[in-house]
Amino acid sequence: MEPQLIKGNEAVVKAALLAGCRAYYGYPITPASEIVEMAALYLPEVGGVFVQAESEVAAINMLYGGASAGVRAMTASSGPGISLMQEGFSYLAGAELPCVIVDMMRGGPGLGGIGPEQGDYFQIVKGGGHGCYRNLVLAPASVQELVDLTMLAFELADRYRNPVVVLADGSVGQMMEPVSFPEPRPVPAAPAWAVTGTAATRQNLVSSIHLEPDVLEGHIRALEAKYREAERSEPRWETWRVEDADIVLVGYGIVGRVLRAVVETARRRGIRAGLLRPITLYPFPTRAIRALADSVRDFVVVEMSTGQLVEDVRLAVEGSRPVETYGRVGGNIPTVEEVLQFVERTILVGARVPLEVSPNGQ
Amino acid sequence: MASDTPAMAVVHGRSPIFYRRFDRKDDDQHQTHYCPGCGHGIVTKLLAEAIDTLGIQDRTILVSPVGCSVFGYEYLDVGNIQVAHGRGPAVATAVKRSRPDSIVVSYQGDGDLAAIGTAEIVHAANRGETVSVIFVNNAIYGMTGGQMAPTTLLGEKTTTTPRGRDPAVHGYPLKVCELLATLEAPVFLERVALGSNKQIMATGRALRRALENQVHGLGFSLVEVLSPCPTIWGLDPAEAQTFVRETMTRTFPLGNFRDRSASAVPQRLAVTVPDLGELPRILGLGPASGVDGASDTVAPASPVPTADHRIVVAGFGGQGVLLLGEFLAEAGLSAGYHVSWLPSYGPQMRSGTSNCHVRISAVPIDSPVVSRPNVLIALNEPALRKFLPSMEPGGLVLYNADSVPVDCAGSGAGITPIASTAIADRLGSAKVGNVVMLGALLEATGMLPDSALERALHRLVTRERWYELDRAALQAGRAAVRRMTAAPAEPSLAQDPAMG
Ligand SMILES: Cc1ncc(C[n+]2csc(CCOP(=O)(O)OP(=O)(O)O)c2C)c(N)n1
Ligand code: SF4
Repeated sequence: MEPQLIKGNEAVVKAALLAGCRAYYGYPITPASEIVEMAALYLPEVGGVFVQAESEVAAINMLYGGASAGVRAMTASSGPGISLMQEGFSYLAGAELPCVIVDMMRGGPGLGGIGPEQGDYFQIVKGGGHGCYRNLVLAPASVQELVDLTMLAFELADRYRNPVVVLADGSVGQMMEPVSFPEPRPVPAAPAWAVTGTAATRQNLVSSIHLEPDVLEGHIRALEAKYREAERSEPRWETWRVEDADIVLVGYGIVGRVLRAVVETARRRGIRAGLLRPITLYPFPTRAIRALADSVRDFVVVEMSTGQLVEDVRLAVEGSRPVETYGRVGGNIPTVEEVLQFVERTILVGARVPLEVSPNGQ
Repeated sequence: MASDTPAMAVVHGRSPIFYRRFDRKDDDQHQTHYCPGCGHGIVTKLLAEAIDTLGIQDRTILVSPVGCSVFGYEYLDVGNIQVAHGRGPAVATAVKRSRPDSIVVSYQGDGDLAAIGTAEIVHAANRGETVSVIFVNNAIYGMTGGQMAPTTLLGEKTTTTPRGRDPAVHGYPLKVCELLATLEAPVFLERVALGSNKQIMATGRALRRALENQVHGLGFSLVEVLSPCPTIWGLDPAEAQTFVRETMTRTFPLGNFRDRSASAVPQRLAVTVPDLGELPRILGLGPASGVDGASDTVAPASPVPTADHRIVVAGFGGQGVLLLGEFLAEAGLSAGYHVSWLPSYGPQMRSGTSNCHVRISAVPIDSPVVSRPNVLIALNEPALRKFLPSMEPGGLVLYNADSVPVDCAGSGAGITPIASTAIADRLGSAKVGNVVMLGALLEATGMLPDSALERALHRLVTRERWYELDRAALQAGRAAVRRMTAAPAEPSLAQDPAMG
């Protein structure tokens, strides 16, 4: 459809409905509140369900209910609410329920602030709930990508029977950009395992309890196999001018876009910089980063946290290259100028020297 | 059930709703896991009876809690969902709303419902969800081995009240039916007990009522069952039953607390599901129409290939800062450019300062963050002072005032004072000061064609009165700049009598 200028938080609801989402449960919080408001407006119009929950605990458990009943369903929140939802994430993954959760990150810890931050990386990507489970995590950098990835999230959730999180910093939800919406997709029929209150589904059971150690281990191994499969098939990322790069900048979401501008400016100043922007945070584009480590001298991770994404980059690089980290927090978005300064100050001297690869990296 | 049938005989019989063999159980598949004399066993059987009597087996969905009844799904041949501790009512809410033909039963213990799940039960009841809740009150945490429950009787010793429940320390037994009876929405609230065969039969009747109400779509029903837990209480089954009958009922009087079954109207809302093809229209994804119904006809886009406008708009909240940015982005889009609009957001919108970053570019936009603006629209002095230092040399600054503060004048950026608020005031509303600035910007830079601005106004201004005012403001802003360039020495545009 013809591009229209639209705010991220409004677009995410429309994308969900186009993807066949027909239930939303949520609790207001800045900077995600427009999502619950838009859901309240549109869900009833399409014959769907909207419930303003009494808390994020209730919201995520309503999501458990909707998903159990075989409905494409979602919720959204930000840091403090996402923290409350962690119990539900664990149960949803344990019971293998497909669903979508949008986290428009704000500053923390505690009440923190409401400006954009990326401090929820650990709790979402590493798992803030109990037990051996993972969320599949998608990280949009633009409103168009927010739309595309929200729609993809529902597909992945069904494919893997697992919660999928759309993880964006608050600015992606708050900003307006042109978006081309795709055509609506038919609402899928309830999956065969769902409990819908019919004769055909009477023998179905949704549950996460397995008290027998061997049975539980089997269940956890089955989940693990799913995650391995996702790690093989689903990593997504974008690279920009990495072919001849000495320095590769790594950042996701809004930061990924700032870094693209950094690459351009750096190149004008004679620094061969490139960008890798992870689009899936779990599964992480580990192999793509590892492959770059063969030709790149340094990695610079930039994020709106004090160092969360950097851990995954370091794991990917496995110590073969230096991985520097630059972060802004509290609601501040790193600027092109300051990142460039950081790059110049800490790395420039090395990067201008012709690349020499020694076994231990330096 | 005939009234002369001995109740215990009834509950010892096997309803067809009960699985013949408990295949989902790991061990002994012919015995439930409940202790002898446990109330859960009786309630489960009564529930099976009620489901059978009402002929709703296929439609029923049992939501099992965390507690001794966590394994409800091992026994009842209905759809089953096992949920987190206390969250049954939230889960049941969502299931019922999306599957209104199902009969949803949330089965919960007293720790589950009256402690950890207090919020969920109160709000499900208050919303009047059309679900049936079975609340088994045994005044103790059974599954975890006998800790105090919110319903534990005063003086009662538990593993966490080793000296007995003391109201000064632990509070009083929580009376759920009485609590929920303060709410408007519930249709049926009844407390029953398993203290005698007669009480057990009454329990069966109450459970049936709770389900029947749901079959008729009547709203929220809850049955609280005072129930023995002989194991934790340290009593034999007969003693435990006596304790329920003679002691528990003194704290928790039996009876009906709400019965509007006769007067309640079915809750079922008519849901219309539009055709898929209708969705874009419903979601406003088609071409937009503004005040005069004009639709967005796409202009032959001829963007300037070098265009790279990095704009910061800043001022007080309430000056229309964000809307001014939105006009620019919208107009940029219809002129064929790539655009982005990034607001400051949060409490500052309510009081202090507000700003937004707009980019209008011939090439795809890398960062929507404008850290080095080449255009600044400062609607007040703090905004001017805040963003002036970040300006690109040679950039354009439009400043809402008669004159430029002397210490800012030599900043390198060309600062043009436009008294936009004053001009707007004279047009009839200070609120269109932002559009005056927009006019000034277009006149000063020619960055966007008039037709694009027209379309942006069509799209964003929905009220006729404002539309006309905005058009006037746009022209006034343009005129101000024209006069400025015609008479650069003129210190104050606001004093110009022609503006009246
Ligand atoms: C979040 C959470 N906290 C604590 C527990 C441990 N737990 C399991 S059952 C239970 C109490 C159940 O008591 P009640 O609801 O009265 O049911 P009963 O076992 O007496 O039937 C507790 C505290 C848990 N499973 N989850
Ligand atoms: S511990 Fe109590 S509530 Fe649990 S099964 Fe035994 S008697 Fe029933």
